[in-house]
Amino acid sequence: MRPLSSFGLRAALAAFVFLLAVPASLAQQPLKVGIVTFLSGPAAGPFGVPARNAAELTAESLNAGTVPAPYSQKGFGGTPIELVIIDEAGGPQKQVAEYRNLVPRVDIVIGYISSGDCLAIAPVAEEQKKLTVLFDCGTPRIFEDASYKYVFRTGPTGTMDNVSVALYLVERTPNVKSIAGLNQNYAWGQDSWADFENAMKTLKPGIEVKTSQMPKLFAGQFGAEITTLLGSGAEVIHSSMWGGDLEGLVLQGAPRGLFEKHKVVLSAGEPAINRLGTRIPDGTILGARGPFGPFAPDTDLARWLKTTYQDRYHVPPNYASFKMTQAILSVKAAYEKAKGSGNAAPDQDKIIAALENLTFEGPGGPVKMALGKGHQAIMDAAVGTTKVEGGELKIVDVARYSADKVNPPDGMKSETWIKSGLKK
Amino acid sequence: MKAAIVAIASLVALTGLALLSPQWLVFMAMLALAKGVVVLGLLVLMRTGLVSFGQGLYFGIGAYAAALLSHHLHVADAAVMLLAGAAAAGLVAALLGLLLARYRDIFFAMLSLAFSMILYGVLVKSAALGSTDGFNLHARTFFGVALASGAERRVFLIAGAVCAVVAALLVHRLLGGHWGRLATGVRDNELRVAYLGASPYRVVYVNYLIAGALAGLGGALAALAVGHVDPEMTYWTTSGEFVFIAILGGIQSILAPFVAATIFEALRMIASQYAPNVWQMSLGLAMLTIIMFLPAGLWTLAERRRRSA
Amino acid sequence: MSSILPIAFDGIAYASWLFLISAGLTLIYGVMRILNVAHGSLYALGAYAACSLAGAWLGGGLPAAGSFAMLLLAAVLVGSLVGPLIERGLLQWMYGKDEVVLVLVTYAVFLIMEDVIKLVWGVDSLLLPEPYALPGNFQLGGLPYPVYNVVLIALALATGLALAWALYRTRQGKLLLAVIHDREMSMAMGINVSRVYLATFAVGATLAALGGAFTAPTIAVTPGIGVEVIVLAFAVVVIGGLGSLGGAALGALLVGLVRSATVRYWPEAELFSIYAVMAMVLIARPKGLFAAQEARKI
Repeated sequence: MRPLSSFGLRAALAAFVFLLAVPASLAQQPLKVGIVTFLSGPAAGPFGVPARNAAELTAESLNAGTVPAPYSQKGFGGTPIELVIIDEAGGPQKQVAEYRNLVPRVDIVIGYISSGDCLAIAPVAEEQKKLTVLFDCGTPRIFEDASYKYVFRTGPTGTMDNVSVALYLVERTPNVKSIAGLNQNYAWGQDSWADFENAMKTLKPGIEVKTSQMPKLFAGQFGAEITTLLGSGAEVIHSSMWGGDLEGLVLQGAPRGLFEKHKVVLSAGEPAINRLGTRIPDGTILGARGPFGPFAPDTDLARWLKTTYQDRYHVPPNYASFKMTQAILSVKAAYEKAKGSGNAAPDQDKIIAALENLTFEGPGGPVKMALGKGHQAIMDAAVGTTKVEGGELKIVDVARYSADKVNPPDGMKSETWIKSGLKK
Repeated sequence: MKAAIVAIASLVALTGLALLSPQWLVFMAMLALAKGVVVLGLLVLMRTGLVSFGQGLYFGIGAYAAALLSHHLHVADAAVMLLAGAAAAGLVAALLGLLLARYRDIFFAMLSLAFSMILYGVLVKSAALGSTDGFNLHARTFFGVALASGAERRVFLIAGAVCAVVAALLVHRLLGGHWGRLATGVRDNELRVAYLGASPYRVVYVNYLIAGALAGLGGALAALAVGHVDPEMTYWTTSGEFVFIAILGGIQSILAPFVAATIFEALRMIASQYAPNVWQMSLGLAMLTIIMFLPAGLWTLAERRRRSA
Repeated sequence: MSSILPIAFDGIAYASWLFLISAGLTLIYGVMRILNVAHGSLYALGAYAACSLAGAWLGGGLPAAGSFAMLLLAAVLVGSLVGPLIERGLLQWMYGKDEVVLVLVTYAVFLIMEDVIKLVWGVDSLLLPEPYALPGNFQLGGLPYPVYNVVLIALALATGLALAWALYRTRQGKLLLAVIHDREMSMAMGINVSRVYLATFAVGATLAALGGAFTAPTIAVTPGIGVEVIVLAFAVVVIGGLGSLGGAALGALLVGLVRSATVRYWPEAELFSIYAVMAMVLIARPKGLFAAQEARKI
């Protein structure tokens, strides 16, 4: 026992000393912004890397002062910002550990695509008293099940996506009688389907649900599911799939006539445009989790993001890119509002007070921090239909829904709101 | 005697760590401790020559039992949660053990994997439990004493340290005696053990039970540390991580699981901090290096020292 | 009746895919006693290589039918280059270690390859839809099915038959069987076990890559596709009995049919149907359907 115990002790001691030294550098000058986004795994391609690219582009442009008004001041209120980027892969437990390591090294954290990560991080942010802005994750549970001081989300929730596609669908096909679902078997897929199903039942009482297919997340192959859907006789097929699964669905479903036989609704389909282009069959209904990408309004800010991003990365920015830029700009807006005309850097509490209930201009249009006691953003929703024109994929017949029409009033849970008639 | 000294020294060191170090380190230490407890259970199992690729099952059961107490039954006492975690996992292990104790080698590993994946599937399907998103838990008291905000994890670490030290001492006593030699006998040649009149089935069953209960305790500790549970805890990659930590430590010493878990957590943290784009590769290379140069785990180092001394 | 045909066809198509990815795994385990987690990476490499090669072929304006040859070429390239690299460069130093340690060695390889693939091909998905769309559809029970699935079934059948022939009808195959049966005795009889191992690993790697290459046209090739197949392949192989080729075929068929029936009649249970089958088979037959008998060593 002796040699080991002394060895064990020494190893533990060495590890301890080493760990203590790691996060020691706490530079004061540039404002350090922690960015957490998927750099590996299946979510990196469609979301993680486009978001990281947008973060780098936005930070550089802010520091150079080249972002259009009202964001033309350099950095945050004149102070340059510096990014510390980490990988979101590995699950909530690993992310909580990473977050705790990150907190002493940065002034603000912006990140998180996975809803599970957001839910796990939020209470930790509260405990650590660190301003943390969630930029993408979709579950409404974050501010509906709890309330936070230090946590904000500057992107709309998943509820809005599914309510808006349901409205769009019913407006265009008022006689729709049956629906079916094909969603990934995890929280996002289950919640999206529940929201869509409930919204359709509210809008068209008596609508028939033919089948709800829930293949394993990242299964990639949907032969048997497509067969079942083709044989189901449903008029509409709803899918909230993303990434490789969504692309696989289009590649396998289109040649088998799935998109001709049924009206297919892809509630989070926008990032696939850049990957699949004209392979997406005509008449597919697409959402972009807000007025992002092709749905973005024609403003200086949106044009700036689209052109500089396209020039640098040779693809258009997708909704993940828009939402990342939006999150960074929200903090900038709050920081500068808190700083006012003074010279001193505002403390965190002042920034938080400024961000609460803030209305600011994002690359997707106006954003209101209206829910969750001023911590959860709402935005207008946009839905469109695909059409190939002149060898290019176009989004036509775009409908916009004002933010308060597709989001519950503050204090009401999304599920209750949808089931109780989508009323204001 | 020596074991008691080491135990007291570890307790003092961990208490010092809990009281004095920054929050992020307290958290890391707790996670390492939680995993160490799970791996301690694996070590008991490995003494009988069996490796489970499904300890995530009990890790998850322990975590969910603790979280459900807090979230649905509003029992917010950390001590109750820890007990419930270990008890729930022990109960399930007592049941599944009846079946699994008949299995050996890769089939034991694979059947335990299958069970953990079934639980994973059930959890993912449970919308009421938040599906893959999981849910949060809060422990507000410890043995009835209210916890000051911000100090919770320091208290949990001390509680975890006590649990771990007691568990390690018990395992040390068990394996150091008759039972330990019987287990080694089952590993080396169970037919001979049976011919000598002992029941290999019983040995495997009891060791499986211990491993399950310890994994449940570890799960509850991890749940307290993270403040959140999700089905990923039962996924095969989590189980694989435990096996790796066990191999990294080696099965000779009771301390090894804890040292190995600390090193593993540190490795992963350093890899994702300094090589965010290639942390998996860094981790893989570190694993290969360890397996290449420390064939019997960290114990190899100690052995070498003893021989050179 | 009308639903049995579609279920059977989807099930068999899925089983063919499962067989392609599990045949190599069971072969490597049978001969080398290595449960190769890196099989998932080899599958992914096959898919990526297929995208690159067939993509270049189609991009060069060459006849689309030739892209099938490119899929095969991709599998052979990955199998004959990366397979031996892993076996000679790493595994050969590890023989004799515990089975569990070898699982971890291959797991480490798997982690490394995940990042290597990311560094080479990036994180964006790669698409290769032409070979899938090219042969068109046929009708079955009033529903359109892709002819490509028939190609996949034929490929799995051909692969299975070729492996069985090579194993039981050729001299090399018989040597391999001897090594599976008793390694020490085979060495004593003068069989070059090291060469047998190298060949086995290369063939196993080629099979994994073949599975990946022929899946590539149906899916979006993204990081992480290897993780998804590896546990599935484990399940199939364990159900069939580790090391048994016939077992892998039967296991694949069982899992394929159960899954497709579940999707049709009870979609909620799709997620755990495979593991439920695995647990049930193992409970009924602790060593899988076709387990090799082992001598009791006293």
